Amino acid sequence: MHVDLQGPWSPLLGRLTLGAIPYTNPILIGTFIFAATIALIVVGTVLYFRKLPYLWREWLTTVDHKKIGVMYILVGLVMLFRGFIDGVMMRTQQVLADGPHSAGYLGAAHGYLPPYHFDQVYSAHGTIMLIFAVTPILAGLGNIIVPLQIGARDMAFPYLNAVSLWLTVAGAALVMVSLFVGDFSNAAWVGLMPLAELPYNPGVGVDYWMWALQIASIGTTFNAINIIVTIVKMRAPGMGWFRLPVFTWTMLSTNIIGLTAFPVLTVALALLGADRYLGTHFFTAGLGGNFMLYIDLFWIWGHPEVYFLMLPAFGVFSEVIPTFSEKPLFGYITMVAATFAIAGIGWSVWAHHFFTMGLAPNSIAFFSAATMLVGIPTGVKAFNWLFTMYRGRLTITTPMLWSITGIVLLLVGGLTGMMLSAPAIDYTVHNSVFVVAHFHCMVLAISAGIFSAVVYWWPKVFGFKLDERNGLAFYWAFVIGSVLVFVPMFGLGLAGETRRLDYLYDPQWMPLLIAEEVGIGFYFLSVLFFLRMLYVSLRDRVPAKGDAWETGRTLEWMTHTPVPFYNFAVTPQVHSRDELAWRRANGLEEAKPDRYVPIHMPSNTGVPVIIGLLAAAFGFGLIWRIWWLSGVSLLAIMVLVIIRSFNKNEGYILTAAEIEAMENKIETASVIAEQPKRLPLSEVEAH
Amino acid sequence: MATMTKAGPDTRLWNPEADEHDSISARTFGFWLYMLSDALIFTGLFASYAVLSTPMNLAGGPGPAQVVNITEGFWQTLLILGSVLSYSLASVALKAGNKGGVALGIVVAMGFAAAFLGFGLHDLGGLMAAGNGPDRSAYLSMFFTLIATHGLHMIFGLLWMLVMLVQIARFGFTADVVARLLNLRMFWQFQATVWVLIYAYVYLMGAY
Repeated sequence: MHVDLQGPWSPLLGRLTLGAIPYTNPILIGTFIFAATIALIVVGTVLYFRKLPYLWREWLTTVDHKKIGVMYILVGLVMLFRGFIDGVMMRTQQVLADGPHSAGYLGAAHGYLPPYHFDQVYSAHGTIMLIFAVTPILAGLGNIIVPLQIGARDMAFPYLNAVSLWLTVAGAALVMVSLFVGDFSNAAWVGLMPLAELPYNPGVGVDYWMWALQIASIGTTFNAINIIVTIVKMRAPGMGWFRLPVFTWTMLSTNIIGLTAFPVLTVALALLGADRYLGTHFFTAGLGGNFMLYIDLFWIWGHPEVYFLMLPAFGVFSEVIPTFSEKPLFGYITMVAATFAIAGIGWSVWAHHFFTMGLAPNSIAFFSAATMLVGIPTGVKAFNWLFTMYRGRLTITTPMLWSITGIVLLLVGGLTGMMLSAPAIDYTVHNSVFVVAHFHCMVLAISAGIFSAVVYWWPKVFGFKLDERNGLAFYWAFVIGSVLVFVPMFGLGLAGETRRLDYLYDPQWMPLLIAEEVGIGFYFLSVLFFLRMLYVSLRDRVPAKGDAWETGRTLEWMTHTPVPFYNFAVTPQVHSRDELAWRRANGLEEAKPDRYVPIHMPSNTGVPVIIGLLAAAFGFGLIWRIWWLSGVSLLAIMVLVIIRSFNKNEGYILTAAEIEAMENKIETASVIAEQPKRLPLSEVEAH
Repeated sequence: MATMTKAGPDTRLWNPEADEHDSISARTFGFWLYMLSDALIFTGLFASYAVLSTPMNLAGGPGPAQVVNITEGFWQTLLILGSVLSYSLASVALKAGNKGGVALGIVVAMGFAAAFLGFGLHDLGGLMAAGNGPDRSAYLSMFFTLIATHGLHMIFGLLWMLVMLVQIARFGFTADVVARLLNLRMFWQFQATVWVLIYAYVYLMGAY
């Protein structure tokens, strides 16, 4: 039970010493100055406008699903930017370090990043993009949209919802801290074994990666439970299963995947943790360890995780395309069936990630065939979207452009995926950048779904639309960047470039590498246009109507814009799959409720954000082996949860008269209507 | 194609009565989903146990037949089933609204569980004293992890029971308390089921 550690250890600070702070690395100093400036500006603005109490009251302690969703997406976008910068660094390193005569800067033999630093950059890029950028953004979208689409007041467990958010934030914070205190993992986002074991990775990098994932995935599991219960239990009257909007269907299937897949990751990481902390031998090279076990466990989670991210994007396409085609979705039933078929097959394809690692021929045949099967339901979906557009009254807005682009990317990624599912091809291009280009097409399709959703639902949340002109510029810069980066990458993969290289040996690859670097430049431009789009839209704030695009079909467009904190003043009765389209066809879209009834609302609470802070401290303590810090944090979380269970916490009642008054002056409401200051029920009774 | 029904004079557009959701049923369903994810954690551990119990993973150390203590395991199984029975009797008392009965059932269930944990600690402690700790071989790492994960679940359940004893005394059977007692019952039966699987798969199949 004794683990040999390199370097000093003290009871008070664990392995933490001044040497852990990389003040000699100019890149990290620059990053620190950048991050510190942004942080100072944000904190300074909050303090200058005296918004700290507002921030605490209305955001940090909120249990409102829409605000939680907005914060999820905000965290996701920050991490998306961080992951993007990692991508810029990798591309720049490769273009500088091609061929034996390439120059070296900043202490590197070639390029400007020494191998160990480069390894951390690609490990961080993968981990951040999948777990801390895309996952929170999709969780945020689900949080905002699902309750609105099913006519509910909130999620089933508003408090648990806030806990999920803050656990995710704790994980993301640990990844960010690793930039400035210690290292990040250099064992890839998948955790290469036995490289991630203590003897080969004696630093704290792998621990950062492991605990950040572990803490965030607890949050994801809680969120999955919450969304499933919400969809099953809280649908408005009249909304039978086959009247559920397709985005909600995909959130249901995706969270079933999340609920069942993430525990396997928990096991894989916990066993690795036991190896690194308790000296066990699960994945070690000696004493009977079996690192193939890790690879299997990781991908048993990892492949369903891909569909966990993909399906919500499919849901977004299925909402956006009918809205801007002014037609019901073609083949609703097959769309739902295809969603669940993809989710189901996703469970039996994991071994295609390591065909080359000594699988039996029968297993290879099984996993190859299962992988090809995924193409069938995906094809059904693609054709359904095309048939929805066919002879529709199309309006090509930016959300529609993103959705169509998503379908094209899905086609390119899907066809190259079919190639890779054939073992003969896979053996040739395994671990080449061809594979990297393939899965980037897939995650770019997810990004297209995300940007489509952000532009499409933005007015619902904030009350004004995003600027279309800058949105188009953002779109085109992004698309041109994607083509320039990933088309050459397919070529380089076929030419034999393997992935994760800090030094490329073939000078003939230079032209394609330069094309990729130019593509990265376009991506950079797209980030600027994105920020400009936000700035211009925030500056102008042209108020949007409840049905912002005027052709919305589902329940969320029946609420006011921006959505009041109670969502629907009165729960709607659902008559059709596309309720708003049905009401419009019957001339009822303006119908108002004739009477209001009191609404029971949950009270805000600061417990979740404190749990998040303590979870981050718990993780930090484990990473640096500061045992007292971890112990105290864990104990504090348990005590906090128990104390809260003694608080009756019954929420408060919004009276019918209050709702009526708010409904009447809703046009003058602020960006997101604020809740009245109210005592919880138990305290009202006590007075 | 979905047929489009026409709106008529009796069409009801809003449903003010629909607001009441059964909170106990939502919480119970949510807890079922949590147990599903927990069951998958054990699935992962059992699968890993299957992978790591070949002769190669013993690294010259003891194998399943030498490690498991089938007699102690038998008594442990009886204790854990007794604990579940006792908690079930507490549930019967809950139906009757009998505070004392519920508390008694829970206390007895806790006693059985504590005895179970005593056996388990004795078992694992004996192995470690003989130099066959979790760092001896991959197989022993897995054996210890599987048993300890189940044990942690039991300790968590004991803590939960302790909290519930206080809450029953303080609040009586409010909706919150009843929801928690029902979920705790599911949790307790779940961990017992896991133990039965461990006993069948690790102990019985390992020894014979």
